[in-house]
Amino acid sequence: MADVKPPEIASNIKKKLMYVNRKAPYGTIYALESLEVVLISAAFEQDVSLAFLDDGVYQLMKGQNTSGIGMKNFSPTFKALGDYEIKKLYVEKESLDERGLKPDDLMEISYEDEDEGFAKKPSVRIVNRSELTQIMAQQDVLLNF
Amino acid sequence: MDAYVLDSHTYEHDEEGYLKNLADWNKELAQLIAKDEKIELTPEHWEVVNFLRDYYEEYQVAPAIRILVKAMKKTFGPEKGDQKYLYQLFPYGPAKQACKIAGLPKPTGCV
Repeated sequence: MADVKPPEIASNIKKKLMYVNRKAPYGTIYALESLEVVLISAAFEQDVSLAFLDDGVYQLMKGQNTSGIGMKNFSPTFKALGDYEIKKLYVEKESLDERGLKPDDLMEISYEDEDEGFAKKPSVRIVNRSELTQIMAQQDVLLNF
Repeated sequence: MDAYVLDSHTYEHDEEGYLKNLADWNKELAQLIAKDEKIELTPEHWEVVNFLRDYYEEYQVAPAIRILVKAMKKTFGPEKGDQKYLYQLFPYGPAKQACKIAGLPKPTGCV
């Protein structure tokens, strides 16, 4: 039959995906795996954000040096996320406080805003626990690592 | 184990031809890998290869094609930051082939 319509393709439906990172960068494979999944899934053009809480905040620390543990220091890759259109990295303030960390201890990660002449804007947003809870509640999918 | 052989040195690669050890890379080895890929390296090819190596050095990740196009555009302008241009240089997938020649891992997200 010539006039049968193909089923509607869901390709234009954007979902809000949040990757929740709770573990220290090294010692387990979770942090690296999470980042790789984030990079791969960026091709699907969803509304992606990352959250860092508990020991996950250590993933964003400045000056990581892994030469003593024989693992690749993948922290520079977070700085490529802007190229992948990932612009929202939420860091829970309480998790920083509990570990004696300040926002200054974290890497500067930015993206270029195409709507404003490629102006550099910070991707890292420090939020408190209740704000993060609300942001999580707005997501379609939470992926825990 | 599969390996490239150059001047009686062996350089291990994986089953798809990507170098196992990033530190093994040199320009002569790049020529050899390119030959395996049936690519004659011109200055335009080298521009992409060197760009990828710089990108990897800075971000520790081999970019997927979409990201490579965007980053090339930023650095070299729209003529070179162009998927078609890159496919002319590297017909079997710019990110894949150019990364292989640049001695980098396969781009994350490439199947």
